Order: sequence, then C-alpha cells, then structure tokens
Amino acid sequence: MTEIGLGHYLTLGAIIFSIGIIGIFLNRKNIIVILMSIELILLAVNINLVSFSIFLGDLTGQVFTLFILTVAAAEAAIGLAIIVVYYRNSGTIRVEEIDKLKG
Amino acid sequence: MYNLNLVLPEIFISLSIMFLLILGVFKKDSSKIIYNLSILILLITAVITFNETLAINRVTLFNDSIIVDYLSSLMKIITLLGAFMVLLISSSYLKTFKIFKIEYPILILCSVLGMMVMISSNDLLVFYMGLELQSLALYVLATFNRDQIKSSEAGLKYFVLSALSSGLLLYGCSLIYGFSGSTNFDEIAKQLNYNEYILTFGIVFILVGLAFKVSAVPFHMWAPDVYEGSPTSVTLFFTMVPKIAALTVFIRFLYVPFLNLIDQWQLIIVFLSISSMLFGAIAAIGQTNLKRLIAYSSISHIGYTLAGLATNTNEGLQSSIIYITIYIVMNLALFSCLLMLKRNNQYYEDIDDLSGLSKNHPLLSLSLLIILFSLAGIPPLAGFFAKFYIFKAVLEQSMYFLAIVGLLSTVVAAFYYLRIIKIIYFDKEKEKFDNDHNLWLKFSLTFSTILILLYFISPSQLIDVVSRINII
Repeated sequence: MTEIGLGHYLTLGAIIFSIGIIGIFLNRKNIIVILMSIELILLAVNINLVSFSIFLGDLTGQVFTLFILTVAAAEAAIGLAIIVVYYRNSGTIRVEEIDKLKG
Repeated sequence: MYNLNLVLPEIFISLSIMFLLILGVFKKDSSKIIYNLSILILLITAVITFNETLAINRVTLFNDSIIVDYLSSLMKIITLLGAFMVLLISSSYLKTFKIFKIEYPILILCSVLGMMVMISSNDLLVFYMGLELQSLALYVLATFNRDQIKSSEAGLKYFVLSALSSGLLLYGCSLIYGFSGSTNFDEIAKQLNYNEYILTFGIVFILVGLAFKVSAVPFHMWAPDVYEGSPTSVTLFFTMVPKIAALTVFIRFLYVPFLNLIDQWQLIIVFLSISSMLFGAIAAIGQTNLKRLIAYSSISHIGYTLAGLATNTNEGLQSSIIYITIYIVMNLALFSCLLMLKRNNQYYEDIDDLSGLSKNHPLLSLSLLIILFSLAGIPPLAGFFAKFYIFKAVLEQSMYFLAIVGLLSTVVAAFYYLRIIKIIYFDKEKEKFDNDHNLWLKFSLTFSTILILLYFISPSQLIDVVSRINII
C-alpha cells in the first residue's frame, strides 16, 4: 500500500476542478448543471486548501475554506434567484436558448 | 492597538448600509430619501478618506492583511466619486423604468464597499472577500430590471462567467498559498523568489481571473452582452467603477507578491494588452447598438491601461492610473449624453437614433463631438494625453512592438468614433428628443466635457496627484 500524500490530494483537486470547467463549457442542456459545476470548482479549491493547510501545519488554509463555503452558499442563492427571474421572463432555462443578446 | 481611523471609511459605509436597510424596512415609500442619503454617504466617505488616509504613506493593519497607502487612498477616492456621479445622474432613468427602489442605491453602496476592501487588501483572503462582496452586488444590479428579458439574461451571463472567473482565481490562490505557505502578499513576495512551475500555474490562474474582471481579451466575452442587456445606469456603473478597483488589484498583485517573477507575467500582460487593443478596435466597427459599442471601446481602453502595467516602472503605473481616470471622465460624459436620448418616456440606444442630431440639438452634438474625439485620442483633448503618457512609458522601456500595435489600433478605433460623428452631423435628421433633463445630468455633462476640453491647460495637476505613487 502506498501512503496517501499531498500529491494525491492535489491530483484529486485538479481532477474535480477540470470536471467543473469542462462541465461549464460542454454543457448545452441546463443552467442548473452550470451551477453544479461552479460548486465543483469551489470544492476542488477547498480540497486543495485543506490539504495544503495540513501539510504546511498552518491554519490559514482551513479558515480560508470556511470563508469560501459561506461565499459559495451566498453565490448559489443569488444564482438560483437570477435563474428564477430569467425563467419567469423566457419560460426556459435551456442553455442553447439563451441567445437574446448577441452581435 | 490598531488605529481604527485608517479604516474609518469602510466602517462608516458599512454602518450606513445597515442603517439604510433598516430605514427601508420601517419607513414606507422611502426610496427617494434612501437614494439621496446614499449619494450623501458616498460623498462623505470620500471626504473621510481624503482627510484620514491620504497623507499616510504606508501602514498595515490587522496582522498586515489591510494596507493603507497613497495608492489605496487615491483609488478609493476615485471609486467613491465615480459611484457618486453615477447615482447623481441616473435617478430619472430609474424612475422611467420604474426601478427606482430602495435596493438599488444600497446595492451600489455594497459593491463600493467590496471594492474598497479589494483596493486596500494585502492578503488573499481579504482580497477574495472584497471581490465577492463586489460581484454579488453587481450580479443583482445587472438583473435589476427584472421584468425585462434582456436584463435578466445579462445578469445570468454575468453571474455564470464571473463565478467561473472567481473559481479560477481561487484555484490560483490555493496554489500560491500552498507553495509559499502564506496568504499575506508581503510574505508571498519573500517566498516566491525561485522558479517553480507550479507557481507559474498559480500566477496564470490569478491573472486569468483578474483579466475576466477587467474584461481583457480573450476573457472579454461577457462584457458586450452584459453591457447591452443591463439597465443603462448599471452599464454606466460597470464601465466606470469596478474597473478602478480591478486595476488597483492588478497593480498590487503584479508589483507586490509577484514582483520577483516578472519574467513569468510580463509576456502575459503584454499579450492581454495587445489582444485587447486590437480586438476592441476591430470588433467595435460592425456594431449598431451604442452600449455594445461602448463595451468594445472599453475593452480596447483596458488594453492601453494594461500596456502601462507591463512596463515594470513607476512611470508606467502612474500613466495607467492617469489613463483610467481620464477614461472614467470620458465615459461619464458619454453616458450623460446617452441618458439624454429620451423621447416620450423611452430611451434610445442605437447609433441610428443619433442621425442628424446636430440639427435639433446643437449643444448636445457639440459635446458628443468633443467626447468622441477625445476617446479617439485626438489632440489637444484629454484622451490624447492619456494615450501619450502610456506610449511614453512604454517606449522608455523600449517595448516597440507594444507601442506600434497600440498606435495602429488607435487608428482603427478612430474609424468608428468618426463614423458616429459623421452620422450625427451629416445624416438625415430624425424626431426631436426631449429637452427637459435633470439638472444633475446637465451638470455632469457640462462638467466632464469641460474637463476633457480644458485638460491641456494644466496637465501637471493630474501628474502631480499620481506622482506620489511609488510601488516598486
């Protein structure tokens, strides 16, 4: 058994981060999926910060994580509110139909 | 014991926000009084900043996480005055669209508070909190005209892309924290003096996030849509105020924690600058909507500002700050004109609506002429001097390619500004616009146009103000 070290955690963070980014750009269906992708990105950052914090023996990273969790909740709330407002006006939240503004 | 006087502006503005919220809950029909109070609060905060902190050379507070120096005080004052002017001239627009509500000025105050925290941050954590406070308020502002599909779509796009950029920026922050062991800018600067490729990753992520916020190419795609869709008064806010804060943060990041890694970021900034200048100039040519055109022109102006940052000299930084200040005044003037294009309770924002404006509104056309010439950089107007300082700083560092591309894109950009002037002066006239404008709107148009026109009489005033900025 190999011991799990910093590199493994960072790789996990990087993979989740990439899934989040790819989810935003490849997704053609639903805006809620984009919200989930954004949350994934923030979670990847949290994994990074916590593992760094433990391996450095420094608490700042964990404090940072708590702040990010709080802000992510606020961001999701505002994002959902905006989506509701948009749905009321257009009757759809399909990504490919959001094209009133272009040029 | 900390000297809390130095953060008095932030304390004052946050207490005022809470007071205004309570006032909004308990008093009926209080939107007008809250609006006027917010204007007053912004002015008072600017005065407090001027009195308390402008003379300070450099003090750090709260375990070095907040920095108060001349750069931060100056930029805070510019931010506050910019937001003050925006609120001053947008009341009649808001009333026309029936979005004159208590939340509007409070959200503006919240985002200004976020920007002030961003400007004086000296720590990744404080910087992130300021950034999020600012962006969360801006998402709501972009969606503020919520019964209109365009406004809600603008808010949605802004939310998705801005949240994505915050995520990228945070990922960069986490890498920087992990490999330097601290979130404090000064500590990071001490640790980052050797080359490790992970650090380059971190810097790239942070620069991408910041480039999103200032809408530099290739991270500009949100700007035209958001600027077109949001209510005009919010677009005005977007083009002026967040740019100042983002520029300050750019300066701080590049010249405090990343200073030793200049080889890594200088090329990135030069690339961002060149592509923004060229793309902004070329893409604006085909536009028919004035707000969209302003978005592209603001992208190209950001390119010039970044050119000053790429020089790695104090002169470069100072010329960037002069550039953004003059750009803000020009934008204020341009939007004052845009807010005057009103007929029968409807606002017009297409370039065609300007056709033959000079026959019915000679004064408005004359000021538009001055503003557009200044944006194109024609001497002796203020816009020319702004570009002149940038090119001077760039040429002193012998970055000839950057200067040549800048000059060429000025020529391209002159085309679409001159096309608008041609439409105003030589095309067939349309119906008259309303003439009964708000007094403050007239005042801000006159004031900013005169500033642009008469800047050449004593350009040393502005130079003296910024010459105290010595970061490097």
